[in-house]
Amino acid sequence: MFNKSALAAAAATLMATPALAQDAMGIDDKVNQVFADVTGPFVGLIFAPFPGTSFPWIVMWLVIAASVFTLYFGLVQFRFFGHAIRLVKGDYSDPNDAGEVSHFQALATALSGTVGLGNIAGVAVAVGIGGPGATFWMILAGLLGMASKFTECTLGVKYRNEYADGSVSGGPMYYISKGFKELGLPGGKALAVLFSIFCILGALGGGNMFQANQAHAQISGIVGDYPGWITGLVFATIVFLVIVGGIKSIARVTEKVVPFMGILYVGAALIILIINYDMIGWAFGQIFAGAFTGLGIAGGFVGALIQGFKRAAFSNEAGVGSAAIAHSAVRTNEPITEGFVSLLEPLIDTVVICTMTALVITISGQLIWDAEAGTYILNEAGSAIATVDGNSGVALTSAAFGASISWFPYVLAIAVVLFAFSTMISWSYYGLKAWTYLFGEGKTTELVFKLIFCVFVVIGAAASLGPVIDFSDAAIFAMAVVNIFALYFLMKVVRKELAAYAAKLKSGEIKRVKA
Amino acid sequence: MTVKLVVGLDGADTGDRALAFAKDMAARMEGCELIVAYVIEWSPYTFQTPEENAQRHKRREEEIATATSRVVDPAVKSLQDAGFKAEGVVRHGDVAETLNAITVENGAVQIIVGRASAGGFAKRLFGSSTQNLVMHADVPVTVVG
Repeated sequence: MFNKSALAAAAATLMATPALAQDAMGIDDKVNQVFADVTGPFVGLIFAPFPGTSFPWIVMWLVIAASVFTLYFGLVQFRFFGHAIRLVKGDYSDPNDAGEVSHFQALATALSGTVGLGNIAGVAVAVGIGGPGATFWMILAGLLGMASKFTECTLGVKYRNEYADGSVSGGPMYYISKGFKELGLPGGKALAVLFSIFCILGALGGGNMFQANQAHAQISGIVGDYPGWITGLVFATIVFLVIVGGIKSIARVTEKVVPFMGILYVGAALIILIINYDMIGWAFGQIFAGAFTGLGIAGGFVGALIQGFKRAAFSNEAGVGSAAIAHSAVRTNEPITEGFVSLLEPLIDTVVICTMTALVITISGQLIWDAEAGTYILNEAGSAIATVDGNSGVALTSAAFGASISWFPYVLAIAVVLFAFSTMISWSYYGLKAWTYLFGEGKTTELVFKLIFCVFVVIGAAASLGPVIDFSDAAIFAMAVVNIFALYFLMKVVRKELAAYAAKLKSGEIKRVKA
Repeated sequence: MTVKLVVGLDGADTGDRALAFAKDMAARMEGCELIVAYVIEWSPYTFQTPEENAQRHKRREEEIATATSRVVDPAVKSLQDAGFKAEGVVRHGDVAETLNAITVENGAVQIIVGRASAGGFAKRLFGSSTQNLVMHADVPVTVVG
């Protein structure tokens, strides 16, 4: 039902493209309305609060899982942190495997799928609604999430499919179906199918529409307002050229530019923090105070906690299962090594990059602070903190950076567009893997998915942020519902691997190749 | 006693000249063995798309097969036809580092390579594989012009 109506909306958009410009805003509104109506019930179910509270059950679900994995594996994210770094450096890589996907490459690929708008726009949404205190919960969720990532990526490599032609397919749909079978548990196949459906929706939502939407917001913030479907069509064309036309050069250029954009972004944030070094203490004060009191935000400290956890999960995707797809291509005899490497992901993504963004926004003074009352002032609707120019999402981050470095919004605009693009390319692959799991591998079935993906780029750019972000969150969290449920059954497999590997490390059977 | 020489090929004319030189040298020595090496430039620290990663193993096999059939096998055959003892190696990695590693592993005493084929700005900026090899190799290196 969802696909049918959304596709109809997309078709309407595409057919209406030659329409005059004055009709354009009308088209955007229409797309928006249809989209919100269609996705409403699904979003409502995923974000349903515990009875009698305003606390969404899904947030609890993610945090409990991350805490369970953290304890079950005995704080693996701290115990094996150094080992993870050495693996990425290649200290344990067999020289005979040269030419295969390295740990570094698998990590970099997975990171370019996660580092992106979640870190720039998502954090602004969290801090805008939940106040600086949301940052505290975001960092905590990031640290705990490292254990979830470790669990799913180990399984991703362990149960991947290796085909005769040497290519690989992996991810939750494979470890759920194969792992359950191995353990003699029923329902693996059904769960895998359910995961695949949500993964496709997640790819179209957070991995596509949210990206297109925020890229448009950023571009129109600089060149002036214009209809979203125009950005959508341009993006859709480029994505089409890459994923359907097989023009690898575009993807390759992006993959090389994106890491530098990431470094540039963190570098700029650091410079702003250094310029305002006298405010860093105050900002951390706001973060800690806000984490436990809310500092006047809607929903108090629970509001801050919900926003922090939500945006952390959306940004680093720990427990969602997407990273397991990206990491499964690595060449290794020990699946668990990829688990160790992957646990660095939430750390880089959430604990480092997201915190930078949150600090810059807090220090910039974009959030209107009532010094006398010691609270933040809410906007008219009372839903978020009032900002200097009424900005939210990526526009808020842009204004915050612009307050210290006037020209940075232009760089940020380029970074956002590139991040959005690389995330779309990554998610088009995740979605495709889920799609082929359901419908089988083959040129025609793959083409159908790729075309649907391109259509959603246009819808995402035309719709407004509210419904898009709700649907994106809901679809990605729906993946986590299935994935984490399965991980509880499969985590004992990972524990066995961990024990065996630790023993081999201790006995010296696994030792460094490079000093 | 057998003396082993490593000949680094790059699939270009310079590699052929290195091979011709190695033949000439080996003919003057008794019981000389030749190891024909081709290194496919590759770094574990590049950035790739998920799709490239999924296809990587397949591509690697293809790269090795191509290098073996087009460059290494013909060279080995021409050496064997000329009555020399020769074997071929194809490996991925940094060209200079890997050629040196192959040499050390096989206990060879010399590396023979062609003059750098790359030129211009890139060479000025990063140096060439030949330069790196000459500077860092554990055995004497002969560069054939």
